[in-house]
Amino acid sequence: MAQQNKKTLAFNGDEAVAFAVKQCNVDVVAAYPITPQTIIVEKFSEYVANGEVQTQFVCTESEHSAITASLSASTTGARTFTASASAGLALMHEMLFVTSGSRAPVVMAIANRALSAPLNIHGDHSDSMAQRDSGWIQLYVENAQEAYDSIIQAYKIAESCDVSLPIMVGLDGFTLSHSLENVDILSDEAVTDFIGERQLPQVLTHEGKSVPFKLDPKNPMTMGPVAFQNYYFEFKRQQEEGMKNALKRIQEVNSEFAKISGRCYGNGLIDKYKLEDAEVIVVCAGSTSGTLKVIVDELRACGVKAGLLRLRTFRPLPVEDLKNALKNAKAVAVMDKSMSFGGFGGAIFHEVRHSLYDSPVHPPVINYIYGLGGRDYSPSELRIVFDDLAEIAKTGDTGKQVRYLGLRE
Amino acid sequence: MSSKDKTWKEISIAGVCPKSSESFKTGDWKTYMPILDTEKCIVCLTCVMLCPDGAINWIPDTNKISFDYTFCKGCGICANECPAKALTMKIDNTEG
Amino acid sequence: MTTQEWKFTSKDIAVKPDLFLSGHRACAGCGPATVMRLIMKATRGPTIVTQATGCMEVVSSIYPYTSWNVPWLHTAFENAAANAAGIEAAIKAMQRKGKLKEHIDVIAIAGDGGTFDIGLQSLSGAVERGHDFLFVLYDNEGYMNTGIQRSGGTPSGAATTTTPAGSVIPGKLERKKPITEIMLAHGMEYVATATPYYWKDMITKVRKGLEVDGPAFLHVFAPCPRGWRSDQAKTMEYTKLAVETCIFPVWEAVNGKKQLSTPSKVIALAPQKKKPIKDYFKGQGRFRHLFTPKNIHVIDELQRLTDENWKKLLQNCESK
Repeated sequence: MAQQNKKTLAFNGDEAVAFAVKQCNVDVVAAYPITPQTIIVEKFSEYVANGEVQTQFVCTESEHSAITASLSASTTGARTFTASASAGLALMHEMLFVTSGSRAPVVMAIANRALSAPLNIHGDHSDSMAQRDSGWIQLYVENAQEAYDSIIQAYKIAESCDVSLPIMVGLDGFTLSHSLENVDILSDEAVTDFIGERQLPQVLTHEGKSVPFKLDPKNPMTMGPVAFQNYYFEFKRQQEEGMKNALKRIQEVNSEFAKISGRCYGNGLIDKYKLEDAEVIVVCAGSTSGTLKVIVDELRACGVKAGLLRLRTFRPLPVEDLKNALKNAKAVAVMDKSMSFGGFGGAIFHEVRHSLYDSPVHPPVINYIYGLGGRDYSPSELRIVFDDLAEIAKTGDTGKQVRYLGLRE
Repeated sequence: MSSKDKTWKEISIAGVCPKSSESFKTGDWKTYMPILDTEKCIVCLTCVMLCPDGAINWIPDTNKISFDYTFCKGCGICANECPAKALTMKIDNTEG
Repeated sequence: MTTQEWKFTSKDIAVKPDLFLSGHRACAGCGPATVMRLIMKATRGPTIVTQATGCMEVVSSIYPYTSWNVPWLHTAFENAAANAAGIEAAIKAMQRKGKLKEHIDVIAIAGDGGTFDIGLQSLSGAVERGHDFLFVLYDNEGYMNTGIQRSGGTPSGAATTTTPAGSVIPGKLERKKPITEIMLAHGMEYVATATPYYWKDMITKVRKGLEVDGPAFLHVFAPCPRGWRSDQAKTMEYTKLAVETCIFPVWEAVNGKKQLSTPSKVIALAPQKKKPIKDYFKGQGRFRHLFTPKNIHVIDELQRLTDENWKKLLQNCESK
């Protein structure tokens, strides 16, 4: 494994993201600040002010314009980056669908934060979970190291011609965005070699030419047309194909990245922690996975066959991986840091159960809604999840299927 | 609309339009069509400039105005604006 | 701004191939369609056009057909200027990195819907940031594409589907938002108004806007015969009347210094040529309800308002 000029820097999650973007030497960054993503844009603007990057940095007047400018820059052939959270991401909502529909491989970091009302600036997943239908690839990272690594990987995943979809990388607001960690960085050359020059898919224009997909006076083309009932459906199906290809591509990029860094995140889609013979398994996305791993170790030391499935890629959903990893468990708990009101549990719960539905044998699956609005939770509280699972494994009675962890009831 | 619409595999991504609108003949929209009296025409090119559909052209070689009735929608702007009153709108009895 | 004035003849323009192609689905007699053609006649080299949702965007980009023979992007309704900002940033970035050698003009086009109201934020932001682009507003005074609803650009007295002429309320009560004054206040190098009837003036202004190294704004009056309930043959005539009645004067401001353009200067120098707004309202179904005993006072009020605005403009303009 190549370990070129290994260097360790102290970064919080936001700084790690900004540094990755710097090394990727993106062409355009168009962003609007919102807690807890502000450090990303502030740090990056320092790089700009010090002449450390050749990036056009656009401080847009709102998030809607930030994602718009990122999209239009991307369709002009530029490699772009933006970042947001919470209400900012919500304000982008309309444009998220436009970005994926326009097949622009924009990379966006989301410092996951609760949605209003009431106003809350702290971390939960409600912002990006609310965008799960938008056609964006969604990754959730466990720590600042993975945030750094995933931004670099994101370009390679998104820009693959058979994917050509935008990608959001979620890092927990405050917990990751603002907490200092040791982050091993790659050399600038290693990063630029890894992501290479942006490749553009070919399209057929009205001049009858097959040319690279970008706004270019040499090869005029029309992007963002009106597609009536006779064509809209086909464009949506194309996007789904991009998602299908992303499932494979994320795994490939994960392996390729491991070769140059020595780090890999499961198979890129899910990260299995002591799952092989696990009887009680918790499924989780984001930083809480780190705490859960410690609990798994403690339980294992006591002879409990506990395991953790960290869901790294939420979109596209790794159905087969989920199925295979969980089908032999005796009880599964899915952690959700967001709610889907009136929907019988959270988003990850829905999708995990859904993935298991067709398996001839599958375990009972329960849901824990936790951590909303940055509600803190201790290891001992998380341990209750495993205790509950043990009870279910023993009795076969799931009891209440949707539970709340840390809620005053 | 084309009678043979393509499958999702056959079309380019992102809705990049593969045909020029010049293959969509809007001329069959019209009820009236402009008829030019070349004797009166002073070749001021006002009609060429103001036609919303670009259906009127100036031919340099002959210094004449030519109407493309395959696109002309018969709005009558040209006739209304012609300073020489060289254009009259007549019912379109042509086929297609 | 270049000091070299672009000299052209009608024939020069006539032989220049249309970059806004025939075969678009605009209504017969559509004012904005002529405006699109004329904008494209004024281009000077590599150009990228980006457009807001609206009539012109819809009629010219019905998949699989396109009427744009230039690179063209549409994304949403309120963000033509933000689109332009991103495109311009990408161009600058690629030029910085030596990946692009030539200059590319960026034009953002939007209707009054995508400018006065929902588009104002992104326009103001892009101008404040100083992006190098020309924003052309084609103003047909209503949200025409969705069925003639009122916009901030709809003039007082006009009937629209959301400000109908009722028995109690005679059409839109609010005044037309002074969009060009608002844009002028942003301190741009070039802000102007134009009408397609005076096409030479209009395309000169488009070219001037392109030549600015920074943002420029052009407000073009473009009647919608459907929405205005007017004779489709008279679309261009209405843009002439708008100038002659001083309802839509044509002027330009270079670095904030306003100057009347010839068609309006003629009126200023010979006030007897100024026509009453009744002449302009006649034949427009959207003003028909004003010609009743009950509402006739509205016309008087609007005449007073027009005269007031014209006087203000004359005071602000440089006399030359």
